[in-house]
Amino acid sequence: MVAVTAGRTAQGVADAAEAGSEREAAAFDAAVAADERIEPRDWMPDAYRATLVRQMAQHAHSEIIGMQPEANWISRAPSLRRKAILMAKVQDEAGHGLYLYSAAETLGTSREELLDKLHAGRQRYSSIFNYPTLTWADVGAIGWLVDGAAITNQVPLCRCSYGPYARAMVRICKEESFHQRQGFELLLALSRGTPAQHAMAQDAVDRWWWPSLMMFGPPDDASSHSAQSMAWKIKRHSNDELRRRFVDICVPQAQALGLTLPDPDIRWNEEIGQHDYGEIDWTEFQEVLKGNGPCNDQRLAQRRTAHEEGAWVRDAAAVYADKQRARADGSGAEGTTTDAEATAHPVEATA
Amino acid sequence: MTAALALGDDALVLSHRLGEWAGHAPVLEEEVALANIALDLLGQARTLLSSVGDEDELAFLREERSFRNVQLVEQPNGDFAHTIARQLYFSVYQHLLYGRLAAGEGQFAALAAKAVKEVAYHRDHAEQWVLRLGDGTAESHERMQRGLDALWRYTGELFEPVEGLDLDRQTLGDDWLAAVTSVVRRATLTLPTGPQSGGWAAGAGRQGLHTEPFGRMLAEMQHLHRSHPGASW
Repeated sequence: MVAVTAGRTAQGVADAAEAGSEREAAAFDAAVAADERIEPRDWMPDAYRATLVRQMAQHAHSEIIGMQPEANWISRAPSLRRKAILMAKVQDEAGHGLYLYSAAETLGTSREELLDKLHAGRQRYSSIFNYPTLTWADVGAIGWLVDGAAITNQVPLCRCSYGPYARAMVRICKEESFHQRQGFELLLALSRGTPAQHAMAQDAVDRWWWPSLMMFGPPDDASSHSAQSMAWKIKRHSNDELRRRFVDICVPQAQALGLTLPDPDIRWNEEIGQHDYGEIDWTEFQEVLKGNGPCNDQRLAQRRTAHEEGAWVRDAAAVYADKQRARADGSGAEGTTTDAEATAHPVEATA
Repeated sequence: MTAALALGDDALVLSHRLGEWAGHAPVLEEEVALANIALDLLGQARTLLSSVGDEDELAFLREERSFRNVQLVEQPNGDFAHTIARQLYFSVYQHLLYGRLAAGEGQFAALAAKAVKEVAYHRDHAEQWVLRLGDGTAESHERMQRGLDALWRYTGELFEPVEGLDLDRQTLGDDWLAAVTSVVRRATLTLPTGPQSGGWAAGAGRQGLHTEPFGRMLAEMQHLHRSHPGASW
């Protein structure tokens, strides 16, 4: 920090700050243009910071809300091997949430603050998790389609201009691609199983296909954040580009699975060397986004309940940590904070 | 056979209960920790059950009366303190047990040598939380005490003889009591005083007598597998 001398006028300070920020802005633009990483201590435009916090928070929230539809099947997994795979997957998602909240903290926000916004409905999570997991096959469909779509979206984020986000994504993408293969393999076992298992797999793909396509966000001509994010290299490809890439990946995989994608308009387009696909129901997308999906209320309520019911645990951990510090200091502070006082001023655990 | 089922069912059932926390834990770190413990236990269960039969047939097709787990592990999660009390009682026992089995030359030595490392972490996790909750706020202290008290009656069964497990139950019980007492005292809590088993207290899980919540747990766990007889997954 530069000390401000008493002789300077307020205007002088503002001018100097502006000149400084112009230099910094130029350095920022040059770094982004040269595909260098922006790091937490680097100067960055406020809007860039805000965009990243919004996107990383939404991503972190999606990981922890996304635990719910899958955890719904842990207790009913039909074999011990599948149970172990599913538990490990849900655990990975909690881990991804941790990396992403930590990465967001490098931008000067806290996990608590972000969770409060999620709980208050002021920050979003991926709408896909507002659909229910009705059968065991849904666990496979989420792995194959939802994680598949997520990877298609997220692999380019490994080259995102913001360093901590890009690095978190490298690790997350590795695990997601593992999940995607596990989901595929789960569906393959069902598809090749009994007629009832095959039907269960097809039904799940029928229900999850369109919502998965919606995961890439609104069409390019209606996407409000896209242009600036592309310029900042937070985003590398347009929503529609990624969506079409995803369709291209899924078509042969569906054939390998022996399952049908529920879109009669999917066909190979020679001219562009990619698949065309049918019209997406954007009204449904908007409705789910507005909170009218099948599980919006349920997901948020479970999250809030877990947080509220866990408050006493976090308070206890914080108070205990304070007591331990006081004991280590040997300052005789032990016992000066009573339990009642401590409870009256709870501090969130940050462990 | 009996010993592998007893140890395997303990791990299977506790793993299932811990899995029920997914998406409900008080803090994100505990989502990871509880799932981690559940996964370790599930791995142990799979090794043990596979050593005496088909793991899925044993897990999904046995009736309640054929399960050989102690009643402690089947107890519902309750609040976080209740779960931690169950973890303390069980993980201290399992750590001491596997330590002894690993040092011996019996059929469980290899499994125990691997598992004892995992279980050392489970025990540390439980002990740290008993300290935090016991010596945290007034509310957490009260909840932790309640959890310890409520589950105390299920602890005696841990030290009853199991066919095929040749070890000194008396010293196992003594070591367990010393370890639990030490943690409970450091956490400013009180060691429960009621009976640990016998009379109306619990203690017959090893003979296939379980508590009411266990039947419901199995109904949920086995339903899908049983709905598709002969299917592979």
